[in-house]
Amino acid sequence: MTVDARQGATTMQAAHQVPATTETAHAFNRNAGCPLDVSMFDGHAVNLSATERRAASLTTRRSVKKAHQAAWLVNAIRMIDLTTLAGDDTRERVRRLCAKAAQPLSPQLKTAIGMEGMRLTTGAVCVYPTMVRHAVEALAGTGIPVASVATGFPAGLTPLNLRLAEIRYAVEEGAEEIDIVISRELALKENWSELYDEIAAMREACGPAHMKAILATGELRTLRNVYAASMVAMQAGADFIKTSTGKEGVNATLPVSLTMVRALRDYGAETGFKIGFKPAGGIKSAKEAIAWQILMKEEMGRDWLNPDLFRFGASSMLGDIERQIEHFVTGRYSAANRHATA
Amino acid sequence: MTDITPLLSDLDYGTAPEDASIVRKWLDAHKAGFGHFIDGAFTPVGETFAVTDPATGDVIAHVTQGTSADVDKAVAAANKAQPKWAKLSGHERAKHLYALARHIQQHARFLSVLETIDNGKPIRESRDIDIPLVARHFYHHAGWAEILADEFPNMDAVGVCGQVIPWNFPLLMLAWKIAPALAAGNTVVLKPAEYTPLTALAFAQIAAECGLPKGVLNIVTGDGATGAAIVGHKDIQKVAFTGSTEVGRIIRDQIAGSGKALTLELGGKSPFIVFADADLDAAVEGVVDAIWFNQGQVCCAGSRILVAEAVAPRFTALLKTRMAKLRVGDPLDKNTDVGAIVHPVQADRIRDLVQMGQDAGAVLHQIAAPQGCFYPPTLATDVEPASILWEEEIFGPVVTLTTFRTVDDAIALANNTRYGLAASIWSENINLCLDITSKVKAGVVWINATNIFDAAAGFGGYRESGFGREGGREGMLSYLKPASVKSGKAEPAPAALDAAVGLSTTAEIDRTAKLYIGGKQARPDSGYSYTVSGPKSPVGLAPLGSRKDIRNAVEAAAKASGWGKATGHNRAQVLYYIGENLSARAGEFADRLQSFGANKGTAQAEVEAAIRRCFWYAAQADKFDGAVHSTQSRMVTLAMNEPLGVIGIACPDRHPLLGFISTVLPAIATGNAVVAVPSQTQPLVATDFYQILETSDVPAGVVNIVTGPREELSKTLAQHDEVAAMWYFGTADGCAMVEKASTGNLKQTWTEVAGTRDFASPAGQGRKFLARATQVKNIWVPYGE
Repeated sequence: MTVDARQGATTMQAAHQVPATTETAHAFNRNAGCPLDVSMFDGHAVNLSATERRAASLTTRRSVKKAHQAAWLVNAIRMIDLTTLAGDDTRERVRRLCAKAAQPLSPQLKTAIGMEGMRLTTGAVCVYPTMVRHAVEALAGTGIPVASVATGFPAGLTPLNLRLAEIRYAVEEGAEEIDIVISRELALKENWSELYDEIAAMREACGPAHMKAILATGELRTLRNVYAASMVAMQAGADFIKTSTGKEGVNATLPVSLTMVRALRDYGAETGFKIGFKPAGGIKSAKEAIAWQILMKEEMGRDWLNPDLFRFGASSMLGDIERQIEHFVTGRYSAANRHATA
Repeated sequence: MTDITPLLSDLDYGTAPEDASIVRKWLDAHKAGFGHFIDGAFTPVGETFAVTDPATGDVIAHVTQGTSADVDKAVAAANKAQPKWAKLSGHERAKHLYALARHIQQHARFLSVLETIDNGKPIRESRDIDIPLVARHFYHHAGWAEILADEFPNMDAVGVCGQVIPWNFPLLMLAWKIAPALAAGNTVVLKPAEYTPLTALAFAQIAAECGLPKGVLNIVTGDGATGAAIVGHKDIQKVAFTGSTEVGRIIRDQIAGSGKALTLELGGKSPFIVFADADLDAAVEGVVDAIWFNQGQVCCAGSRILVAEAVAPRFTALLKTRMAKLRVGDPLDKNTDVGAIVHPVQADRIRDLVQMGQDAGAVLHQIAAPQGCFYPPTLATDVEPASILWEEEIFGPVVTLTTFRTVDDAIALANNTRYGLAASIWSENINLCLDITSKVKAGVVWINATNIFDAAAGFGGYRESGFGREGGREGMLSYLKPASVKSGKAEPAPAALDAAVGLSTTAEIDRTAKLYIGGKQARPDSGYSYTVSGPKSPVGLAPLGSRKDIRNAVEAAAKASGWGKATGHNRAQVLYYIGENLSARAGEFADRLQSFGANKGTAQAEVEAAIRRCFWYAAQADKFDGAVHSTQSRMVTLAMNEPLGVIGIACPDRHPLLGFISTVLPAIATGNAVVAVPSQTQPLVATDFYQILETSDVPAGVVNIVTGPREELSKTLAQHDEVAAMWYFGTADGCAMVEKASTGNLKQTWTEVAGTRDFASPAGQGRKFLARATQVKNIWVPYGE
């Protein structure tokens, strides 16, 4: 039903142009936030069992095969925030990552799927604030934005003035995107007004840099909390809401994602602003890359399969995607050592 | 090079076709047609009919039309195999069922693909739902076979079962029928639906492959006439049917008086109730699972959405958005949500009903569907209870939406149907959910969920959705009977009543027996009395009850529904009190029994037994409770015993006290209200007894007594649509009459030739009586935070 004659007609024009990337101007207005409005989430029910059932059926109801699968995997690459957030990160380590971000797929593979000469990069490179400078240097001329975590990542328990200063530092260093963490304490105490004020201050500190608000959903526990915290973050001006730091006990899951995506859908219906979504942490396989895209397509539609409204926070998923694409091209199962490491 | 770039802009799913080549090859190998599976082997192909793939209209097989001779052969094979099969140890039978479960898993994809080609359901459903449940059912029942002797002591297999199943879940319904039957030691003659016989035939091959003893399972294909030949066959002891209420009625009528056991799993028009505090997104997805599952061809489909006015606009908007995402089309495509309707006849029926609903003012919201045997997912709004779309089971992907204002409104609307199969309740308030659960008339209730099934839980309906349960312990009971009790001699039919004047009676002070209706003594509407004979001469007069008295009594009984909500403890107190008061007047009752000719010892023994029985049922009143089934993780599945409502009871003639007590007490102990027709020839014990009822705090209307001509009064009761069950102890003709008369509202019946059961023996009381007086409501409560 959705696969019909239309497809051929519209794609002919776009045949040699990968759809909008982060370089292109946003076709929508940046979230301006709104005053804290508790009624938008207070008492909003989220039933865990039902959410889990829906999440489970997303990937059993939809299946993407062969050329379509390869296309979806290429699209996933465009939306990866290729990430390194390790204590032993160095300038050289970051440079290697950036090189991979600029050429995530080998030229031979690109040629084999008809993408020779076409631009294909990850959505961004994501690092710690002190690594931003190295990344910016390494990515000069690639058009790939640098994202930085900030605000006392991952726990977010440093004083607010330091957290804000850290944001400003990262922006000054050249970060175009800031991944902030919210104060879980405020969310767990349902101190929504203080949480709102903190996030709003962070958004102000971000200035032109886009702000992704990490909810650390594994520590918020209930889906109702996840929905409420999502709403507060968006009301306070978050451009993206993001599941996890990757450091919590439970990282990105489909049920949590479903809840956050429904929150951003509801926020959009109320305010008209389009909010992006970023699942992060523990997403390693090409299969998961497909699963989250199915979720976005089913719940939100095609617009949320672009890097301006969707990102994967992942470090190792790219390797599996490369192997799967090579399998599509050669018909043989691939091995990790055949692809450039990040 | 494969250029994928054209696919990048739309990022469509594309198609993901399931490879059907192995199944097609199998169909090709059977191009000559299929015979029946009888006595462990396939019969030669007879006169055949074509089986089609509804998605394409292609003929995929030719299947033999079963003749009565075929049915004879199948029943003979089953009959011959049954004693040996039942005599196998539970463990031996368990091994066979286990092997079936294993082989189903090993052939899971084959069966899924075949089911989808034959039925039109999406491969996702046959692969992820139908076939796994089939395997689960055989595993579960392998377990029942293993522990049968321990768990069901003194129970025997019923014998040969005739089973007729529908086309909506062809293999799953086969499993629901065959697994418990075989586990209990029965043998089976099963007829799959005419539209969808192929997985049953594949299953027969699997059974042969597993070495199931020959004759234990027989599959005869054919149409309704074949089904009628099976259920009507004289050597079938039990009939199990799943299908339409219309055909259920025909079967009930056809086998009335045959003595065959019967379970019916029929239609539904189940409410899907969404309260304002529900997770609306979850409820919307629930609708998808309720009515757009299996093209809505699901007996328990939530087909009537009832939504709180406060959230109706938002809920409707979310539902329409979700509906637009459904993909209707090729059932073999893994991306298909809604496949083909099973047959053009069914598609036409859906179209006609929807057209009538639209003519009556319903507003339709639909998405696109392919040409051919498909029907688009449809939401019908502005549907009132007077609409045909509200009343009729459509059996298609069509859901109605109606709003309610209050909780009372929701319940009234939910129960405003002849059916009572299932209900789905959406709210985050557990108090509200359980309150609605207790009030909704349905055999299965899902809270914040829908269409969840498991072999360990019972499934089956209230009202005209049928009777009997499939699955779990309660399902096993439908395939077992008490180990042979010595059968007594049938009582003679009571003589015709004489209501003329002129017969002298012997009492010192004249006593006036009346009817007892709504807690009051009442004169019969007829204004006549009939003579009650003693051994030598008449001993008194009894009121000559008529159909109008039955009408009044049923009305009074229906009003006494508060009794069913009383605690078991309250009911126990009343029953003990009845025993106490009967004991205080034991001598008087013994005298009364003697006046009919009983000797002193027998009379005293009957009174004593009656008092003990009061205590026994008082004891059971707060102990005959349900179960928590072990089904899925993070799920409480409660099986609650609920009263049926109003039970009509025609008492045996002999044992005028014990026959009355033994039948009335289990009914009221479990919360039912009763209209009893006591012993026709010796009714004065029962009319004495209302004085006991009056002094024992029995609420008005809980027990009503109408004396008079048993057959005539029983017929009125059996025909009465307010009466939920009819127990009849009388003549063989009367048994048939009651069963035939019960078809109006498909009430449960319990008929026995009076005299065959000795009410003075242990066979006169027991859990079986309590089970007869109750129906199981299975309640699914998922939890998690």
